[in-house]
Amino acid sequence: MNPDPDKNDLTRRQFMTRAVKAGGSIAVAGAAGFWFHDSNGPGRSEEIESDIRLPDFSVPDLGPKMSIIRGRNRVETLRLAVKSIGGIENFIKKGDRVLLKVNAAFASPQMLSATTHPQIVSEMTRLCLDAGASLVIVSDNPINDPGSCFTLSGIADAARSAGAQLFLPRDDAFKPLSVPEGKLIRNWPVLYDPLKRINKIIGTAPVKDHHRSGASMIMKNWYGLLGGRRNIFHQDIQTIITELAMMIRPTLVILDGTTTMMTNGPTGGSLADLKETSTMIAGTDQVAVDAFGATLLGRSLNDLPFIGMAEAAGLGTADYQSLNPVMAEV
Amino acid sequence: MNIVTTRRISQIFFFIIFIWFCFVTSPGDQWWQLRGWPVNWIIELDPLVGLATLLSTRAVYAGLLWGLATIVLTIVIGRFFCGWLCPFGAIHQFVGFVANRKKKTAAKIKLNAYHPGQVSKYWILVFLLTISAMELVVDLIRLPGNNQWLFALLVLAALALTVRHTLGQTRLNVKKTGLYFIGFIAIWLLLSVLFKANRAPAASLQIGLLDPISLVYRSINLVVLPLMDQTSLRLSPAPRLYDGTWLIGAVFLAAVLLNLLKPRFYCRFICPAGALFGVLSRFALWRIGKISDDCSDCHACEKHCEGGCSPTTQIRSNECVLCMNCMDECRHGLMTYQNAPSATGEILELDLSRRQFLVSAVSGAAVIPVVRLSGNLAGNWNPALVRPPGALAEQEFLSRCIKCGQCMRICPTNVIHPAGLEGGLEGLWTPVLNFRIGTSGCQFNCIACGHLCPTAAIRPLSLDERKGLGEFADKGPITIGTAFIDRGRCLPWAMDRPCIVCQENCPVSPKAITTRSVFNTINTGSKLMVERADAFYVEIQATGLQVDQYATGDYYCRAVSSADVRPRRIISNWERGLKVAGELAFEPPPAPGSQIEILVKLQQPYVDPNRCIGCGVCEHECPVPGKRAIRVTADNETRAREHALLLRRP
Repeated sequence: MNPDPDKNDLTRRQFMTRAVKAGGSIAVAGAAGFWFHDSNGPGRSEEIESDIRLPDFSVPDLGPKMSIIRGRNRVETLRLAVKSIGGIENFIKKGDRVLLKVNAAFASPQMLSATTHPQIVSEMTRLCLDAGASLVIVSDNPINDPGSCFTLSGIADAARSAGAQLFLPRDDAFKPLSVPEGKLIRNWPVLYDPLKRINKIIGTAPVKDHHRSGASMIMKNWYGLLGGRRNIFHQDIQTIITELAMMIRPTLVILDGTTTMMTNGPTGGSLADLKETSTMIAGTDQVAVDAFGATLLGRSLNDLPFIGMAEAAGLGTADYQSLNPVMAEV
Repeated sequence: MNIVTTRRISQIFFFIIFIWFCFVTSPGDQWWQLRGWPVNWIIELDPLVGLATLLSTRAVYAGLLWGLATIVLTIVIGRFFCGWLCPFGAIHQFVGFVANRKKKTAAKIKLNAYHPGQVSKYWILVFLLTISAMELVVDLIRLPGNNQWLFALLVLAALALTVRHTLGQTRLNVKKTGLYFIGFIAIWLLLSVLFKANRAPAASLQIGLLDPISLVYRSINLVVLPLMDQTSLRLSPAPRLYDGTWLIGAVFLAAVLLNLLKPRFYCRFICPAGALFGVLSRFALWRIGKISDDCSDCHACEKHCEGGCSPTTQIRSNECVLCMNCMDECRHGLMTYQNAPSATGEILELDLSRRQFLVSAVSGAAVIPVVRLSGNLAGNWNPALVRPPGALAEQEFLSRCIKCGQCMRICPTNVIHPAGLEGGLEGLWTPVLNFRIGTSGCQFNCIACGHLCPTAAIRPLSLDERKGLGEFADKGPITIGTAFIDRGRCLPWAMDRPCIVCQENCPVSPKAITTRSVFNTINTGSKLMVERADAFYVEIQATGLQVDQYATGDYYCRAVSSADVRPRRIISNWERGLKVAGELAFEPPPAPGSQIEILVKLQQPYVDPNRCIGCGVCEHECPVPGKRAIRVTADNETRAREHALLLRRP
């Protein structure tokens, strides 16, 4: 309170200034209120259909090819397997950017064969780079901690020393994607960052027992491109494997049957789970390659419904013999 | 070079080392990740950690011996640790400087004057050290029963001392002294009888709550670096999350913001390590002081006095943090660092009265027994408290853990978290596993946490011991808990949906999760009656099936009233019919008008507690999104025999 009433007098000028300021403030507050006013409130959130589609990575007009090479030395069998289906030049041209999709699912050492063998990673990288590839990315979205998986499996070292780029999944690398003819892969997060940077894809996986689906080989290995809470797909494992094969039409696949995990898959964990089967398979038809892989596990096609389902979907043939695979030994 | 500049360089150097060590405590194979850096060095240099664990465990573990170097140096030169080395102190000094830099000189002098409340840090030190020393105290009480010879020796020594003391007195009161002496011995004997049969665990360690190094490590590890992970500067491929860090962040923020009230508030009023250094610096050979009492009393030396140790008058050496600012401020060059006492006198005694000491000690002695009345170390142990592999039995663990968060930082999968009240009040911020956060469960091939733990609360394991290989083959792997299936939530158990993600991901071989297959009849609404059928095709009378609804490979069909009720796998279906796989034909085909059933083949998971190691990979991967259908509790953990689940036969 000011005890001096004279000093409380407001001049006309002062009053006008104050009135204009007050009016301006009211106008701004009112305008802001109407500007931001939302009479409806939020509605039900609608999923936006993803428009990302993956191209067909296979080499056109090459036709299905397959080779089955017996031998224990992975580098030698791999080289011969690739050579027998026309050589790497058939698949990788100068300037190609290649994704080598490995199986790095578990933080487990290479001797337990739960992951792609590092020798395959380094040799495949070298082959691609020698054929003129400008970029080779090695990636997977593993089940265990990604850093531990790539390091312990030896894949990280093998990839880097051979000149490939290692890509560890990050949250922002996934984008929702749909498989046009699929029922399950609808707007599902997929490891898109490496996929958008490449024009060729090579899948490589070991042959492993898998209790739910029967076997984990090439087609099942694309599971490592899925993100999100993908384990929900185990409710319909045969269909998801089939849809994964629809999603990825690979340039080339390498199935490593040098050592097969006969039991306790797909994690293994003991040398007692493994069996020397000394076989390397290369091919362009992932269904045929998996169909042959089943024989290494001693499983019939009835045990692995996804092979029949993939064949029915026109993704390849379960009758690998019909491809007249090149058989050789080193 | 100016001594203050030298001190600043030292503070910046140790602060950078500290931050660097926090940075590199990241799993990975880059040069800036764990590459054998001595990341615990600053913790090990903190003698409060060494002393408190010495009291609680009667041993100085590994690198904690570095604390001896700090102690020796403090005894010789005073509280250099606070002013020159402590990274938390450096933070306080910097924030205190920024907050108060614009104040007038008189206000600064007032801020930095000695405050009688600074004694509170000694209460805290006494309180926390008493907690650590309780096991020793209880053993001392039990001495007459356990070691009569030592007891007799102590009584004789006490008698000799008393006699000598009494003889030195001018006024003899033999009767009173004798009575006190006998009374004291009698009480001791009585207590020893009372505690003779008592096996109540007494060892605990709470120093980590307020120890500055534990606090700053915990705050950087669990709050600051995870916040950095939210930006593009992230250190971990998957941003780190820690459950319940709000409290850690709040304590850290409060400690830092208290500098607005008074510079180095934490150091002056709270820090138990500072208090320990205050006690140790009593006999320091060199200290800050005046060379002459020819002083104009301008108080300029107190303008930036970090310890609030009143160098103008009688300096309190135990509060002096050797910031050396007074030497810089005094325009007459009176302040110096010397071995003679200050010319205007010094106060060496703590402001701590006997009463305050006793109250702090008695509170410290009472708090752990009171907390443990909850039975958290007895029958009421919390099964949700799953500790990392190698963690000692709970009571030993609690007598070692300093809550520094190093195990939580290094865990490659981010499953180790600071406990809230899962382990009781005394287990606050100790490591507990949370399988809902992180990139996987506790990795079977990982032993990182025990190798980083500065106090061996988590014992360093070899991979062989963890996995039960080699010389540990007969012991089996280290178990941290057991997975239990919640059959009311599990898809194949409760929902007729195939799944077994848990079985697939179980990392032990042979797997601890096995399955048994069952065929469950699907509820198709109405009964399915056969219109006509042959060996592989069955057509039903009414439409109602969705196309290929049962073509996933998991569905089967069987004729209800046939002699052959074996289920046939369905490979496709349309609205009013289905086709079964070629491996098993209907012979004979179901008769028209008879009933068929659709069955789902379910592999239902079972946990073998003999094989389960409690790693929690199954819980992490379980697709039931909310409360998982398979969850790990600490049952059967290796570290506590009384938590064993199974009867083991040799």
